[in-house]
Parts: sequence; structure tokens; C-alpha cells
Amino acid sequence: MSSAFALILLRELRVARRIGGSATMGVVFFLCLVTITPFAVGPDPNLLARIGPAILWISALLASLLGLDRLFQADAEDGSLDQFHLAHTPLELAVLAKCAAHWTTSSLPLVAAAPVLGLMLQQDGLALAGVVATLVAGTPALTLIGAIGAAATVTLRRGGLLMALLALPLTIPVLIFGVSAAAAATGGTVPFATPFAILCALTLVSLALCPFAAAAALRQL
Amino acid sequence: MKPALHLHVEGLCVERGGRRVLANVSFALVGGEALAVTGPNGAGKSTLLRAIAGLLPKEAGTLTLTGATEPDIALETHYLAHADGLKAQLTVAENLDFWASYLSTGENARSLPVAEALKVMALAPLAEIPAAYLSAGQKRRAALARLLVAYRPLWLLDEPLTALDAASRARFSAAMRDHCALGGVVIAATHEPLGLDEARELALGKVAERSLV
Repeated sequence: MSSAFALILLRELRVARRIGGSATMGVVFFLCLVTITPFAVGPDPNLLARIGPAILWISALLASLLGLDRLFQADAEDGSLDQFHLAHTPLELAVLAKCAAHWTTSSLPLVAAAPVLGLMLQQDGLALAGVVATLVAGTPALTLIGAIGAAATVTLRRGGLLMALLALPLTIPVLIFGVSAAAAATGGTVPFATPFAILCALTLVSLALCPFAAAAALRQL
Repeated sequence: MKPALHLHVEGLCVERGGRRVLANVSFALVGGEALAVTGPNGAGKSTLLRAIAGLLPKEAGTLTLTGATEPDIALETHYLAHADGLKAQLTVAENLDFWASYLSTGENARSLPVAEALKVMALAPLAEIPAAYLSAGQKRRAALARLLVAYRPLWLLDEPLTALDAASRARFSAAMRDHCALGGVVIAATHEPLGLDEARELALGKVAERSLV
């Protein structure tokens, strides 16, 4: 069972490496979002320092949805999805492996870029550490929730926007606790551990539920 | 000696988009037999194959497979459709390696190693080429090689001969004959002769009730 997981993971990583650019694209989009915000809210350093974690989180959320609509579409088009239905390995595990590969190639580069972009928003060392820690804990949930939207829209030619519309409302709890934990890292009334523990719990719940929801959607094709 | 394979399809009805595409299809096959499903475009040939594989829900009827290792038909089935199941960025050998492991049912004695399967389909020189660079016929041959690298007794083939040249057709007909000789079953939707003398035929017409005669 675990070897089937590794098989899909390796195959996806290999395909992503040969296509190339998926990580760069997400990071550049992330950079654009973070860069345009000061133009909108003004270059006041104190304001940016205060809302910086929120800007980074919203940007990471939008950037991580980029490309998620293709999660199952390529497999549906080339016939691989039909073969996944006929394999011993449960479809849920295949979904999980695909999400793991997508997170590694798309969300992990965002996490790595976040400290650099945080410097542009007047974030000090502790705030940067808080943003990185919450992104590491929270972005897997974003990928897993997005997978439900991607599975539900897999047969639609232009399902990207619909996928985002389906997934975004479900990501709100992750965003709330991600931002509050990141903001709590630099002080405040709430200790960092409280919202961070809830954020971790949200990721674990998505890990347990989303593969089943996405696989159920894929079975309805 | 394992018992022979029996596939029974009884009164199969399938609807797609609220329209009944298959009404009351019945037939039975035993190991070693091949069935050519024929009929005009839109007669429900592909629907029949997808329904047997479990990729489409059936409205009514029963499907039973006896004499196989697994009770679940899907796990004993190879399904080949218009989409080849090849990742364009991976080489032919990488694609086949993946499916050989992923679709394996543990019957490795009857599965061919990837290199052998490539030879059977005359793809050995193309093993290290990314699938994106293959012609339509070469892609089809790579997809057919998938049937050989992980043994499964029931082959459901949707237009398997599309885009194949005469030599490849002969090669694939031989592979189907070998599969039947090993006790496997082939069901192929086709407009052309399969190159199997003993193949039975199920003619699907439009709408009318039908069963195998």
C-alpha cells in the first residue's frame, strides 16, 4: 500500500520536474501579490508590520490555488484516472499521493519564499518565524481542500474559477487561525500555541476527510 | 488447475444523461473466448465496456465473474480506451514501469517484464523516448503493451486497432490469441475485424432490446 503511494508520488514529482516552472510560477505570483499590497494600503512601515502576516497568508492562499485545478485534469484527459479506478490501491490513497506531490512542488516553494517577501513587509525575525511555521502547518490543508474542488470540476473545460469558488469558502477557518497564530508570534494577548494547535488540528482533519471527499467526487464522473 | 473464467452479463441497462443507452444486454463468456462488440456509432459499445469495468453505474442487471482470483471485476480487468494512459513527459519505459507496478495483481508469472512487452509491440528502440514524441500509432502500441506487463484475465478494449498499421495489427492479434489461449477473455468494441477467427459477435443496434444469439 505504501509502495503504491510512493509510486504515484515519484511519478508526479518526475512529471512536475520535466514540465518545470510550476514552482517558479507560484512564487512569482506570490511576489506580485505581496508587492502590490503596499501600493494599495500605503507604504507606512508600522501599518505594514501589523498587517504583514495577513498579507502573506492571503497571498499564499491565492498562490496555492493556482494550478490546483489541473490536479486531476491531466489524469482525466490522458486516461490515467480510469486506470486508477481499476487498481488495487484505493482511489483515496492515490488522491492523497497526488496532493502530497502537489504540495511539495507548489506550496513548499511558497513557504521557502515567505521569509524573503516578509522582509518587504517590515516583518522582524520572530514574525517571519511565525509566518513560516503557520504556513508549513496550514498549506497542506489548503491543498487538500482545493483537491475537493479540483475533483468536483475535473470534467469542466474551464473549471479553474469554479474550483476556486468551491474551495475558498472552505479555507476560511485555516486562514483565520493561520493569521491569528502568525500575529500571535510577535506578542499580543493570545499565546502562539493556542491558534497554532487549532491550525494543526484543521490540517489533520483535512488530511482525514478531504481524500475521501475528493475520491467520492472522482467516482461520480 | 484453476477453474475456468466465467463472465455473465444479465439484463444490463445503462443510462447516460437520462437517456437509456443500453437496454437489456445479456451474454456469457468463458475463459479463452473473445467477443467483438459491433454496431453503428452511438450504439453503446463504449458504454458497455465502461459499465462492465465498473466505470459507469448500471441501472439494472447483473455482472458476475467467477473463477478469478478477485471477486471484484474491476481488479481483474484491463480497460483500454481512446485515451492511452501515458504521461507525455515520461518515457515509454517509465510509463510502463509505473503501470506494471500499479496495476499488478500479484500474478507475476503471467505478466511480461517491461522490456519483453516492448519487444512484443516492437517498441524496444523507443523505450527511452518521452511519450509526447510518439506518433498516434506508437502511443497506441505503448498502451497495448500495458495489457501485457500486468496480467489481468479480462481485457476490455475500445477500438484497439485504431491508428495501428498492418504489422502492428498482426502483432496485437497474436497477443490477443495468446491471452485467450492462457484462459483470458477479450471483449473488444470494434468496426474492423479483430484478426481472431473464433471471435463471437455481439451486434448492438439502436434502442431495440438485444441479446447475444
